[in-house]
Amino acid sequence: MTTTLPIDQMIDTNRGTISREIFVAPEFHAQELEKLFTRAWLFVGHESQIPNPGDFFVSRMGEESVILCRDTNGAVHVFLNSCRHRGMKVCRYESGNTSLFVCPYHSWSYTTDGKLQGVPLYRVLYEGQLDRAEWSLIETPKLHLYKGTVWASWDPEAPDLMTYLGDAVDHLDQVLDCRDGRPGGSEVIGIHKWILPANWKFAAENFLGDTYHNPSHRSVDMIGIGPSARAGQPGRRDNEYNRGQHVWVSHPQGHGMHSVWMPQDFDYQPSYMQYPIVDEYFRHCFNERKRRLGDKARLMPFTGNLFPNTSYHGRQPRALCVWHPHGPTETEAWRFFLVDADAPAEVKDVLRHFYMRYSGPAGMTEQDDMENWLYATKASTGTIARRYPFNYQQSMGAHKHNDPLPGDVSVQITEQSARNYYQVYARYLKGEGWDQLLGREPAVRQAAE
Amino acid sequence: MTPLRGPAWFALKQDVEDFLYMEADLLDQRMFREWLDLLAEDLVYFMPIRRNVKFGQHAERENTRQGEGISWFDEDKWTLSKRVEQILTGVHYAEEPLSRVTHMVSNVRLLEVAPSAEAPTQVVVGCRFLVYQNRVEYETNTFVGRRIDTLRRHGDSWLIVRREMILEQNVLMAKNLSILF
Repeated sequence: MTTTLPIDQMIDTNRGTISREIFVAPEFHAQELEKLFTRAWLFVGHESQIPNPGDFFVSRMGEESVILCRDTNGAVHVFLNSCRHRGMKVCRYESGNTSLFVCPYHSWSYTTDGKLQGVPLYRVLYEGQLDRAEWSLIETPKLHLYKGTVWASWDPEAPDLMTYLGDAVDHLDQVLDCRDGRPGGSEVIGIHKWILPANWKFAAENFLGDTYHNPSHRSVDMIGIGPSARAGQPGRRDNEYNRGQHVWVSHPQGHGMHSVWMPQDFDYQPSYMQYPIVDEYFRHCFNERKRRLGDKARLMPFTGNLFPNTSYHGRQPRALCVWHPHGPTETEAWRFFLVDADAPAEVKDVLRHFYMRYSGPAGMTEQDDMENWLYATKASTGTIARRYPFNYQQSMGAHKHNDPLPGDVSVQITEQSARNYYQVYARYLKGEGWDQLLGREPAVRQAAE
Repeated sequence: MTPLRGPAWFALKQDVEDFLYMEADLLDQRMFREWLDLLAEDLVYFMPIRRNVKFGQHAERENTRQGEGISWFDEDKWTLSKRVEQILTGVHYAEEPLSRVTHMVSNVRLLEVAPSAEAPTQVVVGCRFLVYQNRVEYETNTFVGRRIDTLRRHGDSWLIVRREMILEQNVLMAKNLSILF
C-alpha cells in the first residue's frame, strides 16, 4: 500500500524541519495506525502482572485493546480483545485470573491459549460449517519476553525483538536490571492511565532526549521535590550523575535516549538523604553493580524512547511509559512504575512516594509537560499554523558515531535523536521493508561505496 | 459508633458542614496557605486509582490501597505543602495562569463521632464532591466522587487528619490533577 502524503517534504531532517501536519492531521494518524502500529514492536506489559497460569492483563497496541495472558500451561500470549463472531470485547476487566474468556454478546468462549471452545447450540446451528480451530482469538504473530517485559508485533515478518532494539538494549537494561546489576528482577507496583489531549509523538519525543525542555520544570527545581528534598536538597532528583558525561544517543532503528557515561573512578553520591536505610541500600547496590558489571557500570540511564511509543525513566523515577494514540490529537498515556521485586519494603515505600509526586497527571514535574504538549498540539491545528514547520535544527552534525558508545552520540543537547526518529517514522509511513526500517540500508550502501 | 441524633448531634453536623464549606471556599478563593493551616501535621491525603474488576471482587480489588503501590495521591502534609509552594512560584505552568475552580460539597453525613456529640474530639464525615475546573480558555474538567474526611477538634475549629477521595473514573479523563481536592 502506498501513500499519497508528501512525506519527504514534510519530514526534511536534512534541513531540520518537520511539518506540523504529522502532529495534527487525521491522514497522518490513519497512516500511523495502518503502517506503523501494525509493524513495530510494542510494549504490552510485564510478567510480574501475570505471574500465575490464567492471569491476564488487558493492554493496548496502538488504538486496539489486547489481552496479555498466561495460559493454563504457563505460556504467555497477546490476543486482540475482540470476539471472532461479532467483535464484542471478550474481556472488560483490567486484570484478573480466568480459565475462559466468555464473550458477553453470544457467549462464544475462548480458552486462555486463545482457542475457541464454547459455541452455544453448536450441533444445531454450526455442525459441519464452523471449524473451531480456525476461529481462535487473533494472536500477535510475534511475542518476546525480555527481563520481565512483554513485547509484541502484528507483523509476521518483523525481526526478533533483540535485532529491533539493537544497541539500545544496553540502555534499556539499566532500567530493567536490578539496581545491584543482576539481570532483570523488576516488578510493576502500579499503573497510571490517563487521557492527554495532545498528539502521542510529543510525549515520545520528550523522552527521546529533549533535555532542552528543562526550563519548563523550573517550579519543581526551585521548591525541591526529589528523594532528598525533605533533607533540604533543591531540585527534582538526587545529583547522582554530577561527575558524568551526559550523552544523547540515537540508534538506526529509531530509538533514542539521554544517558550518562560516568568516569572510570565514579563513586556513589549520597541520595535519599533523610532515609538512612534507603541511602545505605542504594550505596550497597551501587557498589555491587560496579563489582558485577565492571566498566559497563559506567552507563547510567536518564530517559529514553524505544521506537515508536515506549518511553522510560531510568532511575529517579523508574518507569516505563506507553503513549497510545487515541485519535490524531489525543493520547492515552499508561505508566508502569518499577522497583526491584526483592528490594526491602522500606525502600519500595520511599520510591513509590517519590514516583507519585514526580510522575503522571498528579506528579508535580510532569504536569508541566502535559500543559506544554496540550497547547503545542492545540496551537498547531490552525490553517495558518500548519503552513509553518517545527524547527529541528539543534546541534546539527554535532554528534560522533560509536564514540564512546554504540550509536550516534552527542555530548551536547541535541535534536539528532528526534531527526533520526522522524526519519525512521517516515520509512514506516512509506511502507519500506525491514532492512530500511532497521536502518540497515545506509550501512549497506556505505559498504558498497 | 452510630451517633445519637439529638440537638447536640445536629449542632455538630452543622458545625462540620460549615467547616467543609469554609475549607472549600479557601481553595476556590486561592487562599492556599490558609488552606494548609487546616491540615493536621499527621495528615493522610489519599485518592485511589479505580479498576474495572469482576463482580464480587470490588471490596478486595476495585480501589488501590493506601500505603501500598501507586495511587493518584497517597501523601502527607509535607507533599501538599510542596504542591502549594509550587503553585505559588508563578512558573508552575500547569497552574499558570491559575485555573478557575469551584468545589461543591454535598450529601454531608456524620459517620463517626468520638467520644460524643456533646464533646467531640474527632469525627468522620462523608460527603460527595463535584469539583469544576476551567483553565485558560476552553479546558474544562469535572471531578465527581465520594470523600471521607476525618476531622480532629482544634480549638473552636477542626483540623483535617485524613482525606480519602474516591473519584468516579477509571482512566483519568483529565490531563492533570493539578488542583487540590
